Amino acid sequence: MTVLLEVVVSVLLVFGSMVMLIGSIGLAKLPDYFTRLHAPTKASTLGVACILVASMIFFSVQLGHVSLKEVLISMFLLITAPVAAHMLGKAGLHYKVKMTDTTQNQHLAKKAYLQQHPEDK
Amino acid sequence: MLSVAILIACGLMSCALALNAWRLIIGPTTPDRIIAVDTMYINSIALIILLGLHQGSAIYYESALLIALLGFVSTSAFCKYLLRGDIIE
Amino acid sequence: MDKVRKFVWFPTPYHSILLWLVWQILHDFSRGHMVLGAVFAIVIPWIVAPLSEEAAVAKKPIKALTYTFRLLIDIAVSNYDVAKRVLQSNRHLKPAFIVVPLDIKEPVPLTIFTSSVSLTPGTVSVELSEDRKWLYVHVLHLEDEQALIKLIKDRYEAPLKEIFGC
Repeated sequence: MTVLLEVVVSVLLVFGSMVMLIGSIGLAKLPDYFTRLHAPTKASTLGVACILVASMIFFSVQLGHVSLKEVLISMFLLITAPVAAHMLGKAGLHYKVKMTDTTQNQHLAKKAYLQQHPEDK
Repeated sequence: MLSVAILIACGLMSCALALNAWRLIIGPTTPDRIIAVDTMYINSIALIILLGLHQGSAIYYESALLIALLGFVSTSAFCKYLLRGDIIE
Repeated sequence: MDKVRKFVWFPTPYHSILLWLVWQILHDFSRGHMVLGAVFAIVIPWIVAPLSEEAAVAKKPIKALTYTFRLLIDIAVSNYDVAKRVLQSNRHLKPAFIVVPLDIKEPVPLTIFTSSVSLTPGTVSVELSEDRKWLYVHVLHLEDEQALIKLIKDRYEAPLKEIFGC
């Protein structure tokens, strides 16, 4: 393994895990349910993608042929993460979780839960 | 250099998992706990890939793929349970 | 009554190609698996295609590719944005719900649109109104509501409408 590739793999690994750590910090510290939904769904897709690309480069060099298997995991996570986030949001609305007082347009949450038009009474 | 980077990344991921566990314990509501579990499985995928890099073997890839598949299914099953009070209607 | 479908050799050609490709990636492009993957790519759609409705197909593949690349860049940018907000104090956050009027009706473009919204700058799609005319979105930090709605519509909905021709 050349020095350049080693540096690239190391940087990708550390960067990816930093991104995932930031996502988890967001999960731990943000004030309410809906804001907590943002940090992990976004941060973890990019973080895992970086670590998987690093692993892909490492094993492609080690095994001597291109191994694309890791791309499958990152594609799968990229497709499923927003779906999971949508379902979690729906569950939160159904559960009527508390929102922080600074949230704007709080009346929309109730209409969203009833799947109504925003103008309906 | 690579081994040092893997160790640093493992340390960061462990901190991330500890924070997720913290959120899983304190809640305060059930959906919060589901987000914590959802984040936890993605973090453990990364940790397993790091273990594979550390040992230099490519066989851990399959377990990462399995965790990715089952994690998504379990998250949607949890959400469905909260939404309907029932998984299979 | 379900209407009887005529037998087609390749009911879903794009899915067959995708299936074959995924099988090859899983088995490192060995020769035996090329044949086995081809058999699966032909037989599985016969079984699965009658189970699902006919889905919309991208009419402009090149536009779809540029859309994907732009989405990937936006994901990276949005991560930087969210990371900055997460590491700042909670007091500066201005979370909000907004409602986006939709022009797309078909399920596949709608799914891609809501997924794009969820993956990009500080927005998560939360719920759809019953008649699929409004999308409820939660925003992590809202400065200007109308500008954000316009940005979402111009940046993601307009190209999708063009790609799927609806």
